[in-house]
Amino acid sequence: MPEMTYREAVAKALADELASDPDVIFFGEDVGEAGGVFKVTPGLYERFGGDRVRDTPISEQAIIGTALGAAITGLRPVAELMFADFVPVALDQIANQVAKYRYMSGGQFVVPLTIRAAQGGGNGFGTQHSQCAESWLMNFPGIKVVSPSTPVDMYGLLRGAIRENNPVFVLEHKGLYNLKGEVPDDTAPMNLGEAKVVRAGSHVTVVASQLMLHRALEAAAALAKEGIEVEVIDLRSFVPLDKTTILQSLAKTNRLVVVEEAPHQAGWGGDIVSLAADEGVYWLAAPVKRVNMGGALIAYSPPLEDEVLPNVGRITRAIRDVLAA
Amino acid sequence: MTLELDARQRALKQMLEIRLAEEKIQELFLANLIRGTTHLAIGQEAVAAGSTAALIPGDKVTCTYRGHHHALALGMTLRGMMGEMMGKATGACKGKGGSMHMTDATIGLLGANAIVGAQLPIALGAALTAQVKKTGNIAVTFFGEAASNIGAFHEALNMASIWKLPVLFICENNLYGEYSVWSKTTPIQNIADRAAAYNIPGVMVDGQDTEAVYQVVKTAADRARTGQGPSLIECKTYRYRGHSRTDTAPYRKPGELDEWLQRDPINILKERMIADGQLDEVEYEELRQAAETAVVDAIEWAKNEPFPALESLYADVYYEG
Ligand SMILES: Cc1ncc(C[n+]2csc(CCOP(=O)(O)OP(=O)(O)O)c2C)c(N)n1
Ligand SMILES: [Mg+2]
Repeated sequence: MPEMTYREAVAKALADELASDPDVIFFGEDVGEAGGVFKVTPGLYERFGGDRVRDTPISEQAIIGTALGAAITGLRPVAELMFADFVPVALDQIANQVAKYRYMSGGQFVVPLTIRAAQGGGNGFGTQHSQCAESWLMNFPGIKVVSPSTPVDMYGLLRGAIRENNPVFVLEHKGLYNLKGEVPDDTAPMNLGEAKVVRAGSHVTVVASQLMLHRALEAAAALAKEGIEVEVIDLRSFVPLDKTTILQSLAKTNRLVVVEEAPHQAGWGGDIVSLAADEGVYWLAAPVKRVNMGGALIAYSPPLEDEVLPNVGRITRAIRDVLAA
Repeated sequence: MTLELDARQRALKQMLEIRLAEEKIQELFLANLIRGTTHLAIGQEAVAAGSTAALIPGDKVTCTYRGHHHALALGMTLRGMMGEMMGKATGACKGKGGSMHMTDATIGLLGANAIVGAQLPIALGAALTAQVKKTGNIAVTFFGEAASNIGAFHEALNMASIWKLPVLFICENNLYGEYSVWSKTTPIQNIADRAAAYNIPGVMVDGQDTEAVYQVVKTAADRARTGQGPSLIECKTYRYRGHSRTDTAPYRKPGELDEWLQRDPINILKERMIADGQLDEVEYEELRQAAETAVVDAIEWAKNEPFPALESLYADVYYEG
């Protein structure tokens, strides 16, 4: 089975979709001839030509608006926003246009549009180049949001997103680009909206995604040595949310920890907790815990950035807390 | 370049329907049958009639909340429009859009937008599809002069020029952005001059003269269809009514409206047709009557149509399938 990095999985998914459907086009800032600022997309321009793989001006609103207009007239565009921190720069097009175009026309359009953006902290990019966008985007019904955590999921979910007849944000964590994993040759485009139990356990459920998922897995492995069995769920898709997988796990473990790479206020973890309160409250044997950035922002200095993002120590403490309750 | 007789007749009929529909829309708004807000294009009919006369099937249009004239000129039915105005299930957008969001994909109307300037980038996308698929079609986007001060305008014209997209940027300079006269917010005489910054043609035209509008739009459209890229067209026009709702436009100069009324777009075409022996007063009155009948019929029809079922609230958030 071929092993590849998360970064290579993005490129392969794009190449495979560009090759299989002539309506797929791809554009963004420096994605073509330069191969992308994270060197995620080299070779696509050479292989598919400048008509289908395009470099744009630094114009985030125009990138998203153009992608929308193309999507509703017969193309299947993939637009790149480079850093997810630029989502707010294009927020009108995202929130008022992309998300609402089908709805406000009474269903006259399908919007087969994929928007890719690199997100997340841990790399010293500072406060304007390190944020995660899921929680922002979740407040706009009409958009789907996926955040793959492994190379195989990146490959399958990006292809699934491109084939989806709705607008989908595919968020790529910068800290995972070098992560290696197996991507079987026959990996098919994946359905959006399916969480995955990536480690089975019966004592406590931890819900996480991307970099936080890998930290949660580290914490779980260490706790296993003490006989604590942590069930770890990779959310994979924020919209739609796979309630069933979460609730089934909760029914088994009766305890919940959510690890978010996000500020506490209106962070997506609140939705998971609300799900537990609404539909799983009788299973809960202890208060739930959210591990996140609290009310702070991401700072540049290494010890500060290490402190603000949930780390293995904080995740472990939260797990112990809910087990002790 | 004048229009053929049938095109002139079509333009005149369209403009009469637009005028009468807009007048009735205001009455319906005041009667609370149309909620929220509504923006009338009375006085700007020639921009719509002249521009759309240069379009061919497959061309795409985006426009603004002040876009009823474009919708009707493109062929939206009066019933579809009035139904939508009143939020009815059988309205053009099944009641999900309203006055500011008239949309009809079947006639190439990709939507009227309530966010100033947002429709420009979207038109680029339609033009990109035409370019990649080599359809020979174009996209047209309408916007007000005040929208030329918003960032999306700059991004759209710049990117359209770099990519040589087949898109026409048609500015309806009606002198006001909301309650501000444009000279207060815009430091240049003519919006068309902004084209120079994007290395594309910038053309000014009398927006009250249907055929003059047609002529410049046709020239720009031919250019775009043959791969020569976008153009910016500024139509000098005027809105007879206030910005929206119940605005009576107290901020405009005394006598300004009267001056513009002297150059009414419907009258200009009417007089030209009479002078050319193509129309007389009796025929004109018949046309006006027919337009009024059609408008009234659409309103009465819409009043009796059902509101959407409440379950439809959740339909079309996503495409299911
Ligand atoms: C982004 C944004 N800012 C402000 C508004 C409020 N607004 C609605 S119409 C308008 C004036 C626009 O004037 P112009 O572009 O000249 O178009 P006109 O209304 O004259 O047709 C304003 C400020 C808005 N809808 N969207
Ligand atoms: Mg104006």
